[in-house]
Amino acid sequence: MTTAVRTGAVGTGHVRVEGRDKVTGAARYAGEIPFAGLAHGWLVLSTVARGRITDIDSEPVLRMPGVLAVLDHRNALPLTTDYVGMLGTAPDPTCAVFQNDRVPHRGWPVALVVAETPEQAREAAEALAVSYTREPHDVGFDADRPDTRPADGHMPAVTDKGDLEAELAAGAVVLEAEYSTPEEHHNPMEPHAATARWEDGRLDVVDSNQGATWVVGELAQLFSLDPASVRVRSEHVGGGFGSKGVRAHQVAAVMAAAVLDRPVRVVLTRRQMFTLAGHRSPTVQRVRLAADADGRLRALDHRSLSRTSTVHEFVEPSAGVARVMYDADAHHTENRVVSLDVPTPTWMRAPGEAPGSFALECALDELAEKAGVDPVLLRLRNEPERGPVSGLPFAGRNLRACFELGARRFDWARRDPRPGRRRDGRWLLGTGTAAASFGAGAAPSTASVTAEADGSFTVRIAAADIGTGARTALTLVAADALDTAPDRVQVRLGDSAFGPAMIAGGSMGTRSWSWAITAAAAALRERLVPGQEIPPDGITVRADTTEAVAALAQKERHSFGAQFAEVAVDVATGEVRVRRMLGVFAAGRIVNPLTARGQFIGGMVWGISMALHEEAVRDPGHGGLVGADLAGYHVAAHADVPRLEAEWIEEPDPDDPAGGIKGIGEIGIVGAAAAIANAVWHATGVRHRALPIRPDRVLAGHDA
Amino acid sequence: MALPTSSVITLNVNGEPRTLPVDHRTTLLDALRERLDLTGTKKGCDHGQCGACTVLLDGRRAVSCLHLAVAAEGREITTVEGLADGGRLHPVQQAFLDLDGYQCGYCTPGQICSAVGVLREHAEGWPSAVTGDLRPEAGPPELTPEEIRERMSGNLCRCGAYNAIVEAVAHAADSTSAAPAADTEEAVA
Repeated sequence: MTTAVRTGAVGTGHVRVEGRDKVTGAARYAGEIPFAGLAHGWLVLSTVARGRITDIDSEPVLRMPGVLAVLDHRNALPLTTDYVGMLGTAPDPTCAVFQNDRVPHRGWPVALVVAETPEQAREAAEALAVSYTREPHDVGFDADRPDTRPADGHMPAVTDKGDLEAELAAGAVVLEAEYSTPEEHHNPMEPHAATARWEDGRLDVVDSNQGATWVVGELAQLFSLDPASVRVRSEHVGGGFGSKGVRAHQVAAVMAAAVLDRPVRVVLTRRQMFTLAGHRSPTVQRVRLAADADGRLRALDHRSLSRTSTVHEFVEPSAGVARVMYDADAHHTENRVVSLDVPTPTWMRAPGEAPGSFALECALDELAEKAGVDPVLLRLRNEPERGPVSGLPFAGRNLRACFELGARRFDWARRDPRPGRRRDGRWLLGTGTAAASFGAGAAPSTASVTAEADGSFTVRIAAADIGTGARTALTLVAADALDTAPDRVQVRLGDSAFGPAMIAGGSMGTRSWSWAITAAAAALRERLVPGQEIPPDGITVRADTTEAVAALAQKERHSFGAQFAEVAVDVATGEVRVRRMLGVFAAGRIVNPLTARGQFIGGMVWGISMALHEEAVRDPGHGGLVGADLAGYHVAAHADVPRLEAEWIEEPDPDDPAGGIKGIGEIGIVGAAAAIANAVWHATGVRHRALPIRPDRVLAGHDA
Repeated sequence: MALPTSSVITLNVNGEPRTLPVDHRTTLLDALRERLDLTGTKKGCDHGQCGACTVLLDGRRAVSCLHLAVAAEGREITTVEGLADGGRLHPVQQAFLDLDGYQCGYCTPGQICSAVGVLREHAEGWPSAVTGDLRPEAGPPELTPEEIRERMSGNLCRCGAYNAIVEAVAHAADSTSAAPAADTEEAVA
């Protein structure tokens, strides 16, 4: 067999293979697939922040038109929560619905009302009277609480080396500052939706999620089913950003479908998403840096506090980013949490890195100012040779190249470092920069490739395309691996029946899936003999990367990037406008430049949104959110976003068995808010250490 | 005396009369999605805050989640399914496809319907909040990226595909109109 001749599909821009369906409205999302005999479920959420349910008055509701059932803790199917799921964590009890009478936060699911039509279900759900005994609740999040604890989450809570206090004392330049970020919500445009039906003892779920394998595993465990008897499909997914795993609505739909023996659909409302879809915890972060006069770090101390619920521990590991970015003789990082009467937070685009890079990269900018060193130069002077904490070599660390190209493209050399020097009418202008990194992991996946009788190929993998362009990217990867044209390859995904595969998360999807597809394609080519007759069912070969992933050399594997921003600040109104942004990334092999540009830029838009707009405000009185909708919680809109530029540098890695792909879903947001905040300082001379940089905060900064 | 809570209505959708019984509480959005199987129109918030459910009512943009189906009788309703001319995409659809004016695709039908409305409003000389010269004799403002962004701001895209959407709208404006092109630094190559 000859070695694969690349057809060059990877690396050239291709429009999305499902694009025509998306622009014509033909693409059906989870809540849009017709089912005969479909019933509609509507979740009822608690109106108290802590307490016990004393009564649920189902009887009057059951007599309402069209109502079929009211499920609550008195008649729910028992669920199992004593397991560890695919991602190595125990389930969040929030999704194990209706198992007891406890209410651990406002917006906790207490019942599901099922009716013939959505209108009937909604009316009945709103009419359902639920009585509670209230207990005092506590949602107050601040750094001075005595009840915080170090917590591991998906990385060790604490890393520590060197004599921190000694190096802080010895520094020629020392910085100590506290930064905060607010509670943030994913808000994918498509609300979470699931339809469940039981057929011949098998469970079939049409769902909107980031990983069919993940959801199958969780549902099978929760309901004590053989995973082989559960199927989850997720053809088109209207965004996820970390929020679309297993949630209360899928479990409630499965339970109701079992009880009623007919298909049941449960869709979250936008308001319900604000308590049931997870969120990013607020953070308070304390950074201490000490450097020599030239800006070389002697001490780095980054401590972050985040918040979790009382029923599940999720850690927003904001101090983790320093473990990759910068070394120092004394180096301490620490993630702590406190449990409060709030919904459980979860992964949200660049968990840890997004808020962590805000604090760390702003602190670097403040250090640069104090040391009189250019902020780009300061970062280049602190480029580590190896992982600062792990000591491992990097599998490609091209941050320097990103900064060099970015500085050139952004005309950084002409920047006057002094703040408050540029003006355009009523606007003060400033520029800022920040570095970015995000992990480039891989997880075991299986894939099959079929050589069809007509000469085409079909790839099957339980991948998810949540808007990342995965379907198209994997088509290009498969085409090259099969030495054929992309239009000869059909990629089928979003179906747990295709076998286990990694989720669309952690920027690991494309890397993990491509690896499995490439392996299957190579094995298939070994099997095919030139001139061979292909049987009508085709010839199918499967691959499983479990062993290959385990054998991957231990290295620090990350994408890197340099963010640049220019802002205009009106200190009379407090308005901040981003005028331009440039992100330059070193993120491995870029599979589809057309969609990759959009994904990088999309991350930078999230950075704008995080820096200037997003903030969920929790009322200490009732324990819930104020204005939990898309008017009360502003995400960047068209008018907030100028033309942004994303570039990338070539970063071949011929030794990488996954083809040098690193994943680009998250790096775009990392450092973006810091670059904007640093630009606001440069425009005004005022440091904003609390996000978002709201008009009132800008005004307060100028009243002083 | 109990008043009826449902009616049989006829909606004119994409040029076809569609007769259906509806609960009076049913929004136009739910009638399209749940009764007529026209699921191209999306439900993002059900509060008129995101624009995903944008359709054209008598050629004007409307968020269908804030219209009752019974009140839409007698009006020309155009959804994303009604924009293409047979197999030929509407220029706005084609531009979104070619320029990758989306990611997850869920806000896309609303963005596209909104853009079709924007192009018509602009052609008819409607100003926006960022239009500089409001004198009638000034004529339609140039459809700059700033004008497009302002006019499209009722349509949220959480994936952050705004740049490509603006490029697509500008491109479609160029290809559908004899009006001055959006010859700015952002015009599409």
